[in-house]
Amino acid sequence: MKKTSISPPYSPELQNHLTGKHLLAFEIPFSQEILTEHLKNGYVSETCGVQSGNGSYHCVRCGNKDQTFFYTFPCKICNLDCTYCRSCIMMGRVSECAKLYRWTGPGIQYTIPDNVMRWMGTLSAGQQNASDCVVEAVNGKDEFLVWAVCGAGKTEVLFPAIEAALLAGKRICLATPRTDVVLELSPRLKKAFPAIEVTTLHAGSEDRHGFSPLTVSTTHQLFRFIEAFDVIIVDEVDAFPYSMDDSLHYAVNKSKKVSAATIYLTATPSKSMRRLYRSGKLKAFIIPARYHRQPIPVPEMKWSGNWQKLFLQQKIPSKINAWVSERLNQNIPFLLFFPSIRVMEQVLPLFQRLSPELSIVHSLHPDRKEKVMALRNGLVPGLLTTTILERGVTIERLEVAVIGAEHEVFSDSALVQIAGRVGRSFANPSGTVTFFHYGKSEAMSEAVRHIQMMNKNAMKRGLLDE
Amino acid sequence: MNRCLVCDEGMKQALTWGSLLKQAEARAICEGCEGKLNRITGDTCTMCSRELGGDHMTGDLCFDCSRWERNREWGGYLSKNIALFHYNEYLKDLIAKYKYRGDYALAEVFVPFLKERLKEVEFDLVTAIPLSDERLKERGFNQGKALADLVGLHTVETLTRIHTEKQSKKSRQERMSLPQVFQVMQSDMLEHKSILIIDDIYTTGTTLRHAAKALITAGAKEVSSITLAR
Repeated sequence: MKKTSISPPYSPELQNHLTGKHLLAFEIPFSQEILTEHLKNGYVSETCGVQSGNGSYHCVRCGNKDQTFFYTFPCKICNLDCTYCRSCIMMGRVSECAKLYRWTGPGIQYTIPDNVMRWMGTLSAGQQNASDCVVEAVNGKDEFLVWAVCGAGKTEVLFPAIEAALLAGKRICLATPRTDVVLELSPRLKKAFPAIEVTTLHAGSEDRHGFSPLTVSTTHQLFRFIEAFDVIIVDEVDAFPYSMDDSLHYAVNKSKKVSAATIYLTATPSKSMRRLYRSGKLKAFIIPARYHRQPIPVPEMKWSGNWQKLFLQQKIPSKINAWVSERLNQNIPFLLFFPSIRVMEQVLPLFQRLSPELSIVHSLHPDRKEKVMALRNGLVPGLLTTTILERGVTIERLEVAVIGAEHEVFSDSALVQIAGRVGRSFANPSGTVTFFHYGKSEAMSEAVRHIQMMNKNAMKRGLLDE
Repeated sequence: MNRCLVCDEGMKQALTWGSLLKQAEARAICEGCEGKLNRITGDTCTMCSRELGGDHMTGDLCFDCSRWERNREWGGYLSKNIALFHYNEYLKDLIAKYKYRGDYALAEVFVPFLKERLKEVEFDLVTAIPLSDERLKERGFNQGKALADLVGLHTVETLTRIHTEKQSKKSRQERMSLPQVFQVMQSDMLEHKSILIIDDIYTTGTTLRHAAKALITAGAKEVSSITLAR
């Protein structure tokens, strides 16, 4: 339904819908007359979605400059040859004749109750230090990295900073590349901040528009914002394919205000981020220890022969066979990571000879949440998976093995994340992580070094119990 | 390097004697993605290209087509529909992205396949099923015309829509009993002509039969059609 009411001098509903946003006309449920009126009075401004200069195109919404992702067609809307961006087409077509609208009128007034945070938990010493730094960075509108090992309790570190920012009247966004992570974070934030509206955004999410002081979003959805946030926190900043780095930065930079705080969170910062940290250009705080004050299990490397050839001969390499059988016998839940969907599907029948209940999970499975649930609840003894489950999975007593760990898909950060699935709880802080390989890769050694370094660092700083 | 229009992966052009000697048609889709398109092969209904499994036919026709052809209102107007692919989940997503997201470029994916099958049909004039003005202004292009344009066929606007309710909301029975939805324009151009309609999907065949009936009634000699999916 197109709303037609307008109360002078501007429509508060449109203000609520469009503040901090950068939207196409079809995403704005108001009549063209209302939009035109607001444009005329300077409450709304418009810009062409695809622009060109020096013979090349760029997309104003997603920042795409790769010319192979532009396409020109005879457009019946403008009746001209019109160029559109294929890079963000799934969010609705942005073209030379499609306008992007933003609110340029007065800001929204709202109040935040004093006791906005209901989270009552306590922080470990490492968490507390990191949290203080984040609060400081938020106040100073700085860029800051929280480098915290898997299981350190990164999210809790943010709570005091979010509270401080809210009380200062700031608008905050917690963004992450992965929908799974958005879905996991959203209920935790709603629980910690029950008195305020928390908007949750990902592809296909319901509450897409409307102003709220706190937003949880996939980084992809940030393309729909412009100069909206005073604080932007990017969780799992490295969970993006490397090639998407530019696009992520464009999204973050576009969605935050000119003067804003940017907080990055990760267990495995990229090489470029580590370089910035070492050279002092990016301030950071490292939490080398887990919340439960036990060291992170160090992966063991096991040579398993030419696994590819053996699989082709319908055989499971004997060491892998022994590893799986042992866990089946002892009822220890496990994940087996494979380098590709194809290999995994080929070998599933072999593994099902060991246990017919074994099943597979990959990015194309819509039911992967259910399968992880089944493993957590002991309904299946183990899962075969790709790197899709390298993050965000916490299962009691879980152990993991990587098959073909030398494969290029297993970067050092992927391997650190995979190892980070094990020993996450107070009750079971240890467990086995095994990298089965046919010739060690540099990434494997790097991952082991990374974990050892963090454990040593944690020990030195007195963050581990004896 | 070219990119696959569907998965965005780079495609390496295999360097063979064949590719060096003859100007191979540049592919817009990689082998992996092409493999997910399921071509219609084997025994098909001679009318609509549906693949026939033993018991679904009456003579050369599938049950649906023989029902259409026995119907006094609708029989005898559409002479044949050529369909390239089964309408599987993959193609469903691809066509949805093409049509509803408005990713015009995807039409290029189908060009070589259309060209190949177009050799089987004889026609004097090509036309597309019209969109309502409202929908055309929304999408910016007509999906059938875009295919024809990229294949290099000139299309003539022969039809307009009389009313614009969405087809997909109606049952088969409702669709069969609908009054005419198309009106012919430029009927002088149709006289004794063989017309080819180019469209994206043959679902029940209602739209194409409505169009065919309007064109034949206005004087066309024969109407056939080609669609991406069946």
